Amino acid sequence: MELVCPAGSLPALKAAVDNGASAVYVGFKDETNARHFSGLNFKEAKVQSALSYARDKGVKLFVAVNTYSQPDGWRKWQKAVDIAADVGVDALICADMGVLDYATHHHPSLNLHLSVQGSGTNSESLNFYKQNFNIKRAVLPRVLSLKQVAQVAKKSPVDLEVFAFGSLCIMAEGRCYLSSYLTDQSPNTCGACSPASFVRWKETDVGLESRLNDVLIDRYGEDEKAGYPTLCKGRFDIGGQVSNVLEEPTSLNTIGLLPDLDAIGIKAVKIEGRQRSPVYVEQVVKVWRQAIDDYERNPQGFQVRPQWSKALAKVSEGAQTTLGAYSRSWQ
Amino acid sequence: MKVSLGPILFFWPKQKVYDFYERMLETSVDTIYLGETVCSKRRELSTTEWLELAGRLADSGKEVVISSMALLMAESELSTLRSICEKSLVKVEANDISAVQILSEKKVPFVCGPSTNIYNARTLDLMHRKGAVRWVMPVELSGHCLKSILTKAEEMGFANKIETEVFSFGHLPLAYSARCFTARYLDLPKDNCKFSCIDYPEGIVVKSQEQQKLFNLNGIQTQSSDIYNLIAQKAEMLAMGVDMLRISPIEHGTENIIERFKSTGQDEQNMIPLSDEFCNGYWYAKPGMDSVLPKENLR
Repeated sequence: MELVCPAGSLPALKAAVDNGASAVYVGFKDETNARHFSGLNFKEAKVQSALSYARDKGVKLFVAVNTYSQPDGWRKWQKAVDIAADVGVDALICADMGVLDYATHHHPSLNLHLSVQGSGTNSESLNFYKQNFNIKRAVLPRVLSLKQVAQVAKKSPVDLEVFAFGSLCIMAEGRCYLSSYLTDQSPNTCGACSPASFVRWKETDVGLESRLNDVLIDRYGEDEKAGYPTLCKGRFDIGGQVSNVLEEPTSLNTIGLLPDLDAIGIKAVKIEGRQRSPVYVEQVVKVWRQAIDDYERNPQGFQVRPQWSKALAKVSEGAQTTLGAYSRSWQ
Repeated sequence: MKVSLGPILFFWPKQKVYDFYERMLETSVDTIYLGETVCSKRRELSTTEWLELAGRLADSGKEVVISSMALLMAESELSTLRSICEKSLVKVEANDISAVQILSEKKVPFVCGPSTNIYNARTLDLMHRKGAVRWVMPVELSGHCLKSILTKAEEMGFANKIETEVFSFGHLPLAYSARCFTARYLDLPKDNCKFSCIDYPEGIVVKSQEQQKLFNLNGIQTQSSDIYNLIAQKAEMLAMGVDMLRISPIEHGTENIIERFKSTGQDEQNMIPLSDEFCNGYWYAKPGMDSVLPKENLR
């Protein structure tokens, strides 16, 4: 089982490589990737050093060019693909069919993965991406139950990678415009969800308020822990009742599903969090490396060690974790 | 300029659906899209009944298109999709790439719906080569973006071979999830949802804690609470080569909206928005929830 880890900076990449990643994925410093945050990501020259560092230790480097190119910015996406190809990365992760089409025609030997943003949730869709762009792997959206993942895996024409740990998108990736509805920037168009430039915090008489483009996302009492105002995790009002209408702040953690994912034929598990610190990367990667090694040494006897769960809970959103859509009851 | 009626995004009782389409036949709408696009558990009409209804409506002389699901997660949903693509006597609207795959393999013409993620001319060209004869722009794209795509399509020489349709009126489909938010609100497990979205013919309004209307829960779909309304942009769209304006059904008054869109022309009177709870920000590359008066944009 391949362990695919995030890096938003060179120190994070080193942390991933040194702690047991099989592959690290990064993005460029612009809106061509789905974690377009200021101070994050790699310039062209840095990608080269990232690649050298990873290769020296036998680790692969993937580059995500996984947002949707709009006509005015086409050259940026084209350039991102060209750079990744020229540097010789191990895989390019894309979502936009125009970008995939370009990569297929101009860099036929480039190893293409379908990004989670490509919304490939079923085998027929994956057939399309395989036949038209010769993708080698697809990252499945975090909407499928374990049973559904198994169904897709059975008929998939390509290898499958699934999300193992990290922030949880509750909407089908590549199909969510909630962020652009409130702020004009979405994961698809700009690589940003609930962008920081629109976030405001304010202490008021009724509590600490978080706002996104002036829309009240949540209000926290004195004893409550405030979280980043990702809009789907806010507390809203339906008919006078205030609650987390869409989702609570929580992280996905599938460590206990490792044997199931392996049995289904999943080839890689992915850690979310290019926007997180090198310390997060180090802690999460370390735990997952131990878990995969434990499992591979003794598949039948695999057990989640309590210290893993403890370590992962510490770096989780809202300090709680869930199996997300993999567990039918969550849906 | 043609006006279309999008698929009913809500879950309405069978008779209500039949009555609705009977009334729609009386309007001047040019094209009717119909079928279940949101949740496969909604079975007031079976697939066979949708296909029969499509056939019956097509006899009226209006163009009829059967719309397919946007989020297909189970093998059973793929089987339904295959059966629609196999048996339909009218064109199919693909709302997921799986439908594009099946329809292009069958080599039949199809429509690319708003969730097929066509963000640029290169993607549009590919869809055209696969057999798409019409496409609906993703709702989050702007008028400027559309114009750039169509200009590029013109340069690439295929602009007149594919029709362009714009989602122009209705609650915007903003997101799809594995989770059913209607069931969650009612504290019901999804597997025992009791098909409760049938009780909310235009969704459940979600407001901020300051009572600002934000979203509309429609089962696994999240919509804008406000109605997106591009009636004031009709002339602009006509000038840039848009062929069709889509009206998304609402519970009351859809007929009237169709006629307003159909008849709007140079008449200043019609430039007035249809409702004060409308938004059009996406068209201006602003937050989708914004309302921009056309006057402010006469730059």
